Parts: sequence; C-alpha cells; structure tokens
Amino acid sequence: MGETITFIIFAAVAIAGAMTMLSARNPVYSAVGLLSTMFSIAIMYILLDAQFVAVVQVIIYAGAVMTLFLFVIMLIGVDNPGAYGARPIGQRVMTWIVAGVFFAALVLAGRQAWITGSSALGGADLTGTIENVADELFGTWTIVFLASVILLTIAALGTIALAYFDRADPDGEPAP
Amino acid sequence: MTVTVTWYLILAAGLFSMGVAGVMIRRNALIMFMSIELMLNSVNLTFVAISRELGLIEGQVAALFVMVIAAAEVTVGLAIIVAIFRKKASANVDELAELKG
Repeated sequence: MGETITFIIFAAVAIAGAMTMLSARNPVYSAVGLLSTMFSIAIMYILLDAQFVAVVQVIIYAGAVMTLFLFVIMLIGVDNPGAYGARPIGQRVMTWIVAGVFFAALVLAGRQAWITGSSALGGADLTGTIENVADELFGTWTIVFLASVILLTIAALGTIALAYFDRADPDGEPAP
Repeated sequence: MTVTVTWYLILAAGLFSMGVAGVMIRRNALIMFMSIELMLNSVNLTFVAISRELGLIEGQVAALFVMVIAAAEVTVGLAIIVAIFRKKASANVDELAELKG
C-alpha cells in the first residue's frame, strides 16, 4: 500500500515537472521542473530496488547535468522570448495530437511485446546493490566500460576544442 | 492494489511522449535539449523496471551506460549551444537557417 501511494505521488510530481518544463516561459522554471522529474525518477528507482542507479541518478542528473544547464541558462540569459506561445496555434495542436498518437502507439506496442515476451517471473527477487551491479559491469561488460571511458575523454576534448576554436575566431568569420 | 511493472512502463511512455512534444513545440535550443534528457530518463526507467520484472541485472547496467552517454552528450551539446550563442546572440533554433537552400 505504501508503495502504491508513493508511486502515485511521485508519478504525479514527475508529470507535473515535465509539463512545467514544456510550458514555462522562463528557462529557469523549465530547469527546475526537469529537476523535480529527475528526483521523482530516482524515487521510482528506489521503489524498483535499484538503489545504486537511484544514487547515480541523483548525483549525475540532479547534481551535475542540471547544474550545468542552470550555468548555461545564466550564461546566455533568461529573458528569452522564444516561449511556448511563440509557435502558431495550429502547430501546437498538431504537436499534441502527434504526441498523443505516439503515446498510444508506445503503450500498444509495449503491451503486445509484453504479452508475447513475458515469462511468469513476475517481481523476481533482485536488488541493485553496488555489488550486484559491479559484478555484472566489471565481469561481463568490461570492454564496453572501457569504451565509455574513451568516449567521455573524447567528449571532454571536443568541448575544449569547441571553446578554443571559438575564441580563435572571435568576429564570426567562417573559417577558411 | 499493488504497483505492477505496467504502471512504470506507462509512466515512462508518457514522459517520453512529453519529451517528443517538447522537442517539437519549443524553439529555445536549451529547452529542446532538456526534452532530450527527459526522453533518455524515461528510457532508463523502462530499463530498470524491466530489469526488476525479469530479475536480470543487465537492465540496470544498460541504464548506467545510458547515463554515461547522456553525460558526454550534455557536455558537447551545451558547448555547441554556447558557441552558437556567442556567434548569433540567440538560442532560438528558428534563427539558425544558414544551411537553408
């Protein structure tokens, strides 16, 4: 019963946060809405017995990624008029129709796959402790883990390169 | 009334659809980027829910890898947005039409 109540509350918070992100005129409000969605998803992970993923979700998304977003919003200014109402009304209506159809298609497709693909394991006893996750991560997926290390290094180098070439070319002339 | 995995999947589908709507409806590049993050998060939620349901830890490992990719993507994407802003003084994607024929 407690699980049901927690799920309903935090599902509502997640959806409200996502709606805030979609409709807020001020990008800071959008970031805060997304932040509450991220926290709610971390709660969902705890309900699903995935403690390690929940902690990583809070540290990486709610901590690092959203802070980076807020930094960039503060850097490039919050008084941006490109708001929700800027699109023509027909385009907004079409967007919601497309998103609704997409949602229905996702649920239908997932339901079909679930009915044909599911076994009767329902609610298997699995706890995502650090030990369990690390056994799998460093046992089976070591190569993929190393590849992700290389990817992160390349991403950091790419960011430095972007900042550097931008400074080397200050007045917006296209590079020869 | 207990929470089944279907509830989590429906919530994830809803969040993903809202992310899709955000990419289509907003013209601020930062908020489009936040919508992409929302879509990645909802996919992570399905991974973890299915992992729990089937009793396989692989779903949680996949969610961790998605987070790694998302972190790399955020650094590069925000650097690109800042670089564009320094050239055009705008984060509005409708004004980026240099490739228009």
